[in-house]
Amino acid sequence: MTINRRDFLKVSAAGAAAAGIGGLAGCAGGGGGSGNVVVIGGGYGGATVAKYVRMWSDGGINVTLIERNTNFVSCPMSNLVVGGERKLEEITVSYDGLKKHGVRVIQGEVTAVDADKRTVKLANGDSIAYDRLVVSPGIDFMWETVPGLTPELANTKILHAWKAGPQTVALRKQLEDMKDGGVFAIAIPKAPYRCPPGPYERACLVANYLKAKKPKSKVLILDANDDVQSKKGLFMAAWKDLYAGIIEYRPKHEISNLDANSMTLKFEFADAVKADVLNVVPGHRAGDIAKQAGLITANNRWCGIDWRTMESTARPGIHVIGDATLSAPMMPKSGHMTTQHAKIAAAAIVSLMSGEQVADPMSIANTCYSYVDGKQAVHVASVHTYDAKDKTFKTVAGSGGVSAARNEIEGKYAWAWAKNVWADALL
Amino acid sequence: MKRTSVVVALALLGLAGGAFANEATYGRNMAAACGSCHGTNGKSVGGMEALNGYPKDKLVKAVQDFRSGAKPATVMHQLAKGYTDAQIEAIAAYYAAQK
Repeated sequence: MTINRRDFLKVSAAGAAAAGIGGLAGCAGGGGGSGNVVVIGGGYGGATVAKYVRMWSDGGINVTLIERNTNFVSCPMSNLVVGGERKLEEITVSYDGLKKHGVRVIQGEVTAVDADKRTVKLANGDSIAYDRLVVSPGIDFMWETVPGLTPELANTKILHAWKAGPQTVALRKQLEDMKDGGVFAIAIPKAPYRCPPGPYERACLVANYLKAKKPKSKVLILDANDDVQSKKGLFMAAWKDLYAGIIEYRPKHEISNLDANSMTLKFEFADAVKADVLNVVPGHRAGDIAKQAGLITANNRWCGIDWRTMESTARPGIHVIGDATLSAPMMPKSGHMTTQHAKIAAAAIVSLMSGEQVADPMSIANTCYSYVDGKQAVHVASVHTYDAKDKTFKTVAGSGGVSAARNEIEGKYAWAWAKNVWADALL
Repeated sequence: MKRTSVVVALALLGLAGGAFANEATYGRNMAAACGSCHGTNGKSVGGMEALNGYPKDKLVKAVQDFRSGAKPATVMHQLAKGYTDAQIEAIAAYYAAQK
């Protein structure tokens, strides 16, 4: 048996293919794979995982993204809309960019997941089969944490604006309609909740607007927690330096009752508060579809996952990413962190669907900016690395931190962050 | 004899290919985490440093200088402290190879 060079190449290619290493795919760094991935939810997580699975499989894996809204609207930066610094259109991105990556985007509502048959059912009756499913459902509210609040009230009078979109615009309208000398109160749920610094940023941007337009008004921060949950020194400095006499911070304010008629909040251990605009954020849990699909494993709230793959500990073949997961220690529920989850999941899914061994996940990072007025911002950053022994992510000792002080340079970086993370997820 | 050499050649190819794929995938995945700010494959859409095609040695040095404090930064000095030299090398090698 003699083998010429041409035959050798043929045999080599066959050998490489048998070993699960595509020639081109290997050069691209992994890649290949085939089959069908369905993604539920087109937020930061769902959009990113859809794009990256297409990209890293060199288009080999079919990806269907199911999202109930027509466009992506960002929660990060939405406080700028509440504060009147930006318009909703500026934080809205179309799903057309994902279609260019070959993602099949379906506008619809998933009503059920059948983990045994590996299908998802849509509200319109359609059924879609998957080999692997990614559930990126974000959060839904635990209405029972605010006695007196109903989903109907929360859609009309007592807004949360904790999911960006119509609620963001409606809260802005309530602020514009408020009289000078009015009281805006934001009620923060017990941690863990989505976007730890978000409520404090909102208080700043609302106060920034009121200071300029309705200076006799007040902003009350009613926090169910014992203390400020993120960037404490930086926020407290902003409240003192920029909003003295406007913002008042009140910790340990767990709501015992809401009376929407008199616009009054009652608390277990503190005086009742009456306000002109009540912005009540109820406690969170993983989104409804995660509950229906049997993915919630912790405290009746969060989805346990294998951090190597983001695969559910309850249902094989289903990956859960983002705010819905049971967070690793010191890991925030943030849009940025969700994109990192999405990339861990994408790498694992492409490996699994190519018959390759799944490597330990990469290090991931979180960078989160908050505006304290229309121009100045502050950040918190952290790096998280996988601990194979404890099977979880841990922050790298000595890494991360917050801004030295609020500044305009980071105000520019904050907006650049948004434009880049939206492009990375959706374009 | 010839048959043996084919088997050996395939085995070697398999190993070499596997190692290459894993190493490249490692760099790709590590770099992807940076992409949330710096753009997909380092292609920033503006306001953040573009990293695609960035010379490897230059990027390694920049991140190491952020880490040591030699190069001032708003956030990169805090992020750089989360990475080892080997990790920084892998990320820089990946970005250097991007168009």
